[in-house]
Amino acid sequence: MGSRASTLLREEEIEEIKKETGFSHSQITRLYSRFTSLDKGENGTLSREDFQRIPELAINPLGDRIINAFFPEGEDQVNFRGFMRTLAHFRPIEDNEKNKNAAASEPLNSRTNKLLFAFRLYDLDRDDKISRDELLQVLRMMVGVNISDEQLGSIADRTIQEADTNGDNSISFNEFIKVLEKVDVEQKMSIRFLH
Amino acid sequence: SNSYYFRLESLLSMLVSITVWLTLLFVFTIVPAVLGVSIGIRRLYLTTLLKIFEWATLRMEMEAKEKNQQLYKPYSSGIIVKEPPLSLQQGIQELRGSASCLHSEPEFEMADIFYFCRRGVESIVDDEVTKRFSAQELETWNLLTRSHYNFRHISLRLTVLWGLGVLIRYGILLPLRVTLAATGISLILVLTTLVGFLPSREFFLTEKVHVMCYRICVRSLTAMITYHNRENKPKNGGICVANHTTPIDVIILANDGCYSLIGQAHRGLLGMVQRAMVKSSPHIWFDRSEVKDRHLVAKRLSDHVADKTKQPILIFPEGTCINNTSVMMFKKGSFEIGCTVYPVAIKYDPLFGDAFWNSSKFGMVNYLLRMMSSWAIVCSVWYLPPMNREEGEDAVQFANRVKAAIAAQGGLVDLIWDGGLKRAKVKDAFKEEQQKLYSKVLVDTSR
Repeated sequence: MGSRASTLLREEEIEEIKKETGFSHSQITRLYSRFTSLDKGENGTLSREDFQRIPELAINPLGDRIINAFFPEGEDQVNFRGFMRTLAHFRPIEDNEKNKNAAASEPLNSRTNKLLFAFRLYDLDRDDKISRDELLQVLRMMVGVNISDEQLGSIADRTIQEADTNGDNSISFNEFIKVLEKVDVEQKMSIRFLH
Repeated sequence: SNSYYFRLESLLSMLVSITVWLTLLFVFTIVPAVLGVSIGIRRLYLTTLLKIFEWATLRMEMEAKEKNQQLYKPYSSGIIVKEPPLSLQQGIQELRGSASCLHSEPEFEMADIFYFCRRGVESIVDDEVTKRFSAQELETWNLLTRSHYNFRHISLRLTVLWGLGVLIRYGILLPLRVTLAATGISLILVLTTLVGFLPSREFFLTEKVHVMCYRICVRSLTAMITYHNRENKPKNGGICVANHTTPIDVIILANDGCYSLIGQAHRGLLGMVQRAMVKSSPHIWFDRSEVKDRHLVAKRLSDHVADKTKQPILIFPEGTCINNTSVMMFKKGSFEIGCTVYPVAIKYDPLFGDAFWNSSKFGMVNYLLRMMSSWAIVCSVWYLPPMNREEGEDAVQFANRVKAAIAAQGGLVDLIWDGGLKRAKVKDAFKEEQQKLYSKVLVDTSR
């Protein structure tokens, strides 16, 4: 319920989030209402359990990885700023105001940042490389018990072979970008937020 | 002696006002309830309230604009644009369509992750299930803080109006309603016991007593109910199923017909009421231990419907209260029995008071207090044509068919999700299903 929505979010905070993420005023208040409705403990932060309570997310094979993307390294709680910062990656690129100068720091929803978000879903230990092991683990999450180890192994090998250009048997972020250069990342990793 | 007369006078005046109060109560509510007549006070009351609400909302917007503050706009139309959901296979194919083929038979693409990623984040922002377990947001303000998202001190006029509302609701409406409810419940206890003593349970009397008591209860909530398609009213030997929003659903339906209720036997006041009700008409109350035994429940249900002299049973197959914006999974138990099902759709208008019982947030007493201090409960009841299980249809399909009919009539969203998700975790089987579907995409496209 949004009964505490606007009363706890101060105007200054809304302005700061607006600058940092690019969301509009009404989008921020609506997302705050959503944030508070997920926050069953009513302590201003979300834990992993709060996310797992969403059935559609719980049945998503990569649900745990997506939830993890919201939490900074080693932390168990995410506050509203962090929540918005992560969601900002999914703003459509067209939504960016046209008069933002190019010298400003790269917006959170740029193509590169969207790709980085996806890269981090694969990169389990956050060492900026996707190793064969990590790729296998993520593949296993996506297919469950339905594909054998050998078949999955060969899928992983083939994927790395095609992507790996410097021969270190893992995929770096730049190699990742290269593999996906023909994919319409802007559209596939964007959610149309209502104004 | 002066002070003596003074005290006597004040005592007398108090007695007179109480008598007047009770007489008014009697004449304007209980008598019409007994006779089944409506004076039209409630309708006038609601129209007046509506005008006040609209004025208050406009006023709020005006004041906010003047002070250059932004108002919170309720997200009744959603936070994000949701396209009609594609199957997993379609979603992935569509995704891959934008990437060029790296080799002739694409198996796994690194871009596949985008599909799950976006679906996941969309569900974090707005999912179909969790929002059904809390009260829906209103577009117009109805002078209750419980539904007001912008409650800062925007204008003196509005705060005064709100304060007046509080006085009226808690000072006049609440005591009045509590009195009526107490009267209604006592009457149920007394009259059903009396009728039970009669040698042969006169059905005519039972019905009259039943309807009268429920009418009083309805008035104690200031409920305005519109019944549609009464020619489809449930008949003996059948089961009546309806969507569940609140325990008050029972009162709403029982106001217009005699039903046998089914549920757990309670202790205390509720238990007393239950035992009294059984004396004059057949209800099915289970002990806590018996509730788990599905076969026992099914047997008692079938025995009851087989007896054509017994009233239809009222069942809420969702098993829990949902916020009246959707209909969730119907438990198949009642649909396995093989009798005629009479579907009923109940839709509440939350503007005058949201009837939804958020059982994880409020206990029963708290909930009743909120109900009795709202402006009114306004709802529509549609009796749908009876349905029977068709050839080759199993209980689950039948249940879904009935659910779809109810959802369509009530203007509610038809969901396959289980209302039990309010408290329980979703079953792993659903995730495994998603994994299986994705594996098919990988394996089928490889040779």
